[in-house]
This record gives sequence, structure tokens and C-alpha cells, in this order.
Amino acid sequence: MNKLFDLAAGFAAVCFVMAMILATIRLFAGPRAQDRVLAFDAIYVNGMLTLLMLGIRSRSTVYFDMALLIALFGFIGSTALAKFLLRGEVIEP
Amino acid sequence: MTEATLPAWIALPAAFLLVAGGLFTLIGSLGLLRLRDFYSRMHPPTMGATLGTGCVLVASMLVSSWLLHRPVIHELLIALFITMTAPVTAILLMRAARNRTG
Repeated sequence: MNKLFDLAAGFAAVCFVMAMILATIRLFAGPRAQDRVLAFDAIYVNGMLTLLMLGIRSRSTVYFDMALLIALFGFIGSTALAKFLLRGEVIEP
Repeated sequence: MTEATLPAWIALPAAFLLVAGGLFTLIGSLGLLRLRDFYSRMHPPTMGATLGTGCVLVASMLVSSWLLHRPVIHELLIALFITMTAPVTAILLMRAARNRTG
């Protein structure tokens, strides 16, 4: 049963890495800047999921804090980029 | 890799949720790559951000609750955070795209 579980975790890892690769292709090929910001958004969500999957697979709870921090900083980064695209200015006076 | 052996009633749902979350996320990123214009490209990654994250978080809750011998609900923090922040980014990006193209 645990072998099946490890197999499922490995499958999920392959899926997340494939998803990150696809989003990276979109990041480099995106015709406009908003496509690149969207791809960055997808990449940080996938990285967070990869960390959570690693925590499940190695049966430890230390990965959770890293996942929370990635969610926090990824949100801040993509919001700042979107705000810059919107106004040309991140923090307005 | 296997320090603690999980019982079947934990391992089977967690394995199913992991596979489902991985597939949802992969389909979302595939849509991000395949779809044609920006407005239709906007929505596939949100499937990975909601359904995929939800599945993996529930699997993580199951496994760590078994490991620590008490109910672990830290993962609700990430769920709440993603649920609150994904629409904000989507709204800002959509408004930026509308301003830049039109």
C-alpha cells in the first residue's frame, strides 16, 4: 500500500514538473508582458505544490512553512508586476 | 523515503488526491500553453490554483494528521491565502491587459 502511495507521489511530482516546464515555455514565448506575468503566477503555484508534495512524500512537516512563504511572496511579486503593467508605477505616491 | 508506514485508509485517499491534483495542475498548465489569446489563457491556471491546491492540501492534512497523532489544520492557512489572493491578481492582470490592448 505504501508502495502505491510513493508511486502516486512520484506521479504527482512528474505532473508538477511538467506543468512548470509548460508554464516556463509560455513565460519565454509569451507575446506580451501580461502573458509572462500569468505564466509566472502559474509557476509559483506549481512550485508551492511541489514543495507540499515533497513534504507528504518524505513524511515531514518542515516543508509546509516554505510552501506558505512561497505563496506569500509569489502573490506579492505577481501583484506588483500586474500593478506595474497597469499604472507604470508599483507604489504610487 | 518511507520512515513511517501509513495505514491503507490514509494511503489510498491520499494517493488518489495526489494523482488528481497532479492531473488538474498539468491540464491547467497545458491550457496555459495551448490556448490562443490572453483572455482565454487567463482561466486554465486557476484550475490548478484551486482544485489542484485543494487536492494536495487535503492529502497533506490526512498524512500529517496521521503522523502527528492529532488533527492538523495548518493547511487551511494556505487554502485561505490562495483563495483570497488569486482573484486579486486575476483582477489586476485583466485590468492591465485591457488597458494595454484597448
